[in-house]
Amino acid sequence: MNIFNLAYEYRNFFLSGLQYTLLLAVIGVFCGFVLGIAVALLRMSRFWPLRFIATAWVEFLRGTPMLVQLFLIHYGLPVFGIEFSPIESGAITLSINSSAYLAETFRAGIQGVDRGQMEAARSLGMRQGMTMRYIILPQALKNVLPAIGNEFITIIKESSIVSMIGVADLLFQSRTVTTITYEALTPLLIIAFMYFVMTFTLSKILGRLERRLNTDDRR
Amino acid sequence: MIAVKNLHKYFGKLEILKGIDLEVKKGEVVVVIGPSGSGKSTLLRCLNLLEQPTSGEIAFEGHSITTKKHDINVTREKMGMVFQQFNLFPHKTVLQNIMLAPLKVKKQQHSEAEKIAVELLRTVGLEDKKDVYPAQLSGGQKQRIAIARALAMQPHVMLFDEPTSALDPEMVGEVLEVMKKLAEAGMTMVIVTHEMGFAREVGDRILFMDDGVIVEQGTPTEVFGSPKHVRTKDFLSKVL
Repeated sequence: MNIFNLAYEYRNFFLSGLQYTLLLAVIGVFCGFVLGIAVALLRMSRFWPLRFIATAWVEFLRGTPMLVQLFLIHYGLPVFGIEFSPIESGAITLSINSSAYLAETFRAGIQGVDRGQMEAARSLGMRQGMTMRYIILPQALKNVLPAIGNEFITIIKESSIVSMIGVADLLFQSRTVTTITYEALTPLLIIAFMYFVMTFTLSKILGRLERRLNTDDRR
Repeated sequence: MIAVKNLHKYFGKLEILKGIDLEVKKGEVVVVIGPSGSGKSTLLRCLNLLEQPTSGEIAFEGHSITTKKHDINVTREKMGMVFQQFNLFPHKTVLQNIMLAPLKVKKQQHSEAEKIAVELLRTVGLEDKKDVYPAQLSGGQKQRIAIARALAMQPHVMLFDEPTSALDPEMVGEVLEVMKKLAEAGMTMVIVTHEMGFAREVGDRILFMDDGVIVEQGTPTEVFGSPKHVRTKDFLSKVL
């Protein structure tokens, strides 16, 4: 069967898979971002137990395979009576995993902002939190935007592991189409293209955002 | 207005300030001079606790600011500081730089904050720059904006940490001019500088620091005209 015919004929499978992939990617990006900032700030806390927890969080999540993390949450936690639906397990795994990588990125960004910025803000009577919010974080995020973009793209792609626990995402649906049509290659090419369109669009959007944020550097 | 008693500051094992006693009166312009590494900047930065003193006491307007329960943020609102490296916020326009602290810290109305900011920009002669970003300004302009930003909080005292040391020579004058106007308007100022001509002209009192202590102090005529201490003479002979 021709690739276009197959894509059209089974469009409902691909589109429903796309919905799950997008849903998980958006949750992963958003929660990972918020959690990542929190972890980055904890890692720079003056209080060592907080620093320790945040460091352990980052090291564990970066040092173990995401698939293992997914299985731990989905098949491991029920041992303690904590059960999640496949979608929930997938969303949690993607969020915490990306939070670890983003936390390191944010930390680099925050530490890259000149010390004088903090001093100037504090000398004006701004408190620590206020200074972070209005002075340090905006500059830090701008500086590490390309790295954040990479992480977002990774989340979109890596979300495909949720098919392993039965979430009907793009990869899962392509296999469904394969079992119906006995076409091994074509469904995979179709979803590969769909993933590419998503990541490419995102990288274009981020590129534009980067240029816009750079307006204040223009001389 | 500011009273410093037996201030010591260590960086690790290195003793930078070795027992400083200092009193600054309202309306007084105190200029701190001395060789590099003598502790001038550290002393200034201790006054608003950007550096935490190792021991000693600092009081501002009659209240100790070095006790643990004192909220330093409240005091910092009343102490403006100008840095060698300007430290303008690069992601904000000139006007936003000046208005940020009045809006967020003092909770001023936007219209009021803007009125004060524009007025200050006029004072420093840069009202036409209100909507540009710091990257588009020269060093001298940046420092004038930094002064305006500190003044926007309507501080009771202004601290200057080598405000002209990072400037090209032709821009030093415009910054000193603004500071002179400020001194003439009666602002209490503590200035760390290497500009001896300016110190002599504007200072009510000159402090000469060397090796973590105040070696000598007095009026400009006393310190520059007839320095008593050999270290002061030595230093002045090198810079004048």
